[in-house]
Formats: sequence, C-alpha cells, structure tokens
Amino acid sequence: MRGLLASTGILLISSAAQAAEEKKGMPQLDFANPLTLSQVVWLAIIFFTLYLLLSRWALPQVAAVLESRAARIAGDLDAARDAKAAADGAVAELTAATRKAQAEAQASVSTAVDAAKAEAAVKANAASAKLEAQLAEAEQRIAAARAAALGALRGVAATATADVVTRLAGITAEPSTIEQAVDRALAARAA
Amino acid sequence: MAAEQTIDALGQFKLDTALGPLGASVNFTQSNLMMLIASALILSLLYFGMRPKAVIPGRLQALAEIAYDGIYSMCHDQIGHEGRRFFPFVFTLFFFILMGNLLGLLPFSFTYTSHIAVTLSLALVVIVLTTVVALSIHGLHFFTYFFPAGAPKALAPLIIPVEVISYLSRPVSLSIRLFANMVAGHVMFEVFASFIVMMAAAGTFGVIGAAGPLALNVVLVGFELLVAFLQAYVFSILTCIYLHDAVHLH
Repeated sequence: MRGLLASTGILLISSAAQAAEEKKGMPQLDFANPLTLSQVVWLAIIFFTLYLLLSRWALPQVAAVLESRAARIAGDLDAARDAKAAADGAVAELTAATRKAQAEAQASVSTAVDAAKAEAAVKANAASAKLEAQLAEAEQRIAAARAAALGALRGVAATATADVVTRLAGITAEPSTIEQAVDRALAARAA
Repeated sequence: MAAEQTIDALGQFKLDTALGPLGASVNFTQSNLMMLIASALILSLLYFGMRPKAVIPGRLQALAEIAYDGIYSMCHDQIGHEGRRFFPFVFTLFFFILMGNLLGLLPFSFTYTSHIAVTLSLALVVIVLTTVVALSIHGLHFFTYFFPAGAPKALAPLIIPVEVISYLSRPVSLSIRLFANMVAGHVMFEVFASFIVMMAAAGTFGVIGAAGPLALNVVLVGFELLVAFLQAYVFSILTCIYLHDAVHLH
C-alpha cells in the first residue's frame, strides 16, 4: 500500500517534473535560487537554537519532574515498608504480651490451686487429729468403763463363788482363797 | 494553475521570503518561518505541559512526559547507557521533523521537510556527529569498522570499499527517504485537488465525479498523518542506530 502510493507519487512527481521542466524543474533542486541555500543557513541557526533551548532549559524541567516523582514514589514505598515493619513489630509484641499474660495467669491459677490444696490439707489434718484425739479419749473411756466393769465382775464372781461353795460344800471358804481362785479363772479366761 | 488546465504540483514547494521586507533583506524564507513555528510549538508543549509540575500529570503534562519518555527510551534501548548523552539531540531531531511534517499538512502552510537541502543538512549533521563521536571514543581504531574482525584478509579489497560506500550512503538514504516521502504525499494532494477543480468545472457529471478525488484526498490526509510520524520515527531511530555503531563499533 505504502510502496504503491510512494511509487505513484514518484511517478506523479516525475511526470509533473517533466511537465514543469520547460518552465523551471523542481524548486527543491533550484540551487540557482539564493533562497535554497539561505534557508539552510536559517535552518542551522534555528535548529541549533532549538537544540540549546531544549537541552539546557526545557528537557531538564521534564527530567526534574520525572525524577521528583520517582523519588516520591520510592519514598512512599519506603514509608510503606517502614509502616509494615512497625505493624509487624506491634503484632509480634502483642503476641508476646498475650503469651506472657497467659503464662502469668496460668502461674497464678496454679499457685492459688496449690495454696488452696495446702490449706485444705492442713484443715483436714487438724480435723483428723481432733477426731483421733476424740477417738483416743473415747477408747480410754471405754477401757476405763471396761476395767470398772471387770472390777465389779470380780467382786460379783467372788461373792457368787463364796455362795456356791457354801451351798454345795457347806463350808465357809476363806475370802482370800476365793479371790485367788477367781483371779486365776479370770486370768485363764483373759488368756 | 487549474484555470489553465495544467496541474502545477510543484509550485507549492517554491521558496519565497517571509516576514515582509525585513525577512526579504536576510533571505528569511517561509520555510524558515515554519521552522520557527515548529520550534515554538515544541518548546511551548514542554513549557506549558510541565508548568504544573504535578505528581499526577494532566493531559498536556502527560503528553510532554510521553514525548520525553518515548524518545528517552528509544535512545536508551538503541544506543545503550551512553544514549542519555545524545538524548537531547535525538529529541530535537525527532520533534523538529515531526512538527515539520505535521505543520506541512495544514492548508496554506509549507513543508520544510520536503526540501532536500533541509533533509540533507539534517542527515549531514547526523553523520558528522556520529563520525566525530566514533573518532573521539575509539580514535583510529574507528577505521576497523570498515573491515569486520574475522573476515578473510583476501576479501579486504572487496569488503572495505563496500563498507565505505555503505557508510557514505547513509546520509543520502536518510535525507532522500524523508524528502521523497514528503514530496510524494504533497504532490498527490495537489494532483487530486486539481482533479476536483478541473472535474467540477466540466459540468454536472464532473461535479458528481469530483467526489472520487475528494474522497481520495480525505483518505490521503490520514495516510499522510501516519507518514509524518513514521518518517520522523525512522529518521531518529536510524540516527540512534548510527550512534550505537559509533559508540560500540558494531
């Protein structure tokens, strides 16, 4: 398409150039015209001035804006990175604090439980000691009662034996002999 | 002229003095006036565009920044790290040519890039610059550019002239490409426009038929807009490639 158009254009130029050849030819190739060369001189002046203005004045402005934008984006990214690091630190601190508080709570709970257990043990010991004392006292009382009962039994047995001897043998035994016999029998029974 | 039933396709390229008697006294042509207008447009785009210095650019600032970034990345990609030294030159070149091409599309204006004297001067600036850069960086080692390392010595008589000719033909191809493209487009505009006038003068059927070249010219405007950008781009990217060769020697 482009080649076709270009070749058509060149064809047209050449035919037009031929048509105009009788008159002048292409104005671009008319180097007899002083304007053809003077335009090059002005071109040099204008192009060089444009180059100087662009390279010294206009383009550095664009560069400054682009650089400040790049610096600002980099700064913002750095700030975001710092903020993220701070947030991560805070999260870690929070986690550590939570863990520490949990551990402390656990410790105080177990201390309280231990203290309560110890107190309960002391109370239980005291209670059992009291009970034991009561028990011992009761046993003593029982033993005393039993001894008293046994003492009474000896007297009854001696009287009963004296009566039985008197009725069966018709003799009155010596109370000391009877008491000795009763003691022997009681000792044999106790053994 | 159309009234004389001939097509004067080349009259539009004729140079005249501009700015009245003052311009005439220093041979200041209408071509140079368009150069001044183009330069003023480029400078004001950057000045008014960058004046807000906004972090979030507006439309004009975005345009100025895209212009800057586009040429800057072209220099950087083509030439490499050293490209930033040549960036202002390539920027000037690209926008000087682009504005010349675009302003030339306006009616009653003048296309300074359609003059071989202008395009050849720009191409010579490029070629002199690349040669000076190459000599200043590599010294006499620069001349090995004309004989690639590793090529058989026996082929030297063949390779060296070919390389020298290809090097010297750079400004020629660079200047004629731009010149021919601009001239061809503008000649076609003129020819089709003359057809419109001539057919319209031929009567009712001619008026109806004149819609043809008119439609063609409308399409051609769009096409020439593309060519305006493309040729400015081609000129400056070839400059970058030549500068790359000068900096790196192949």
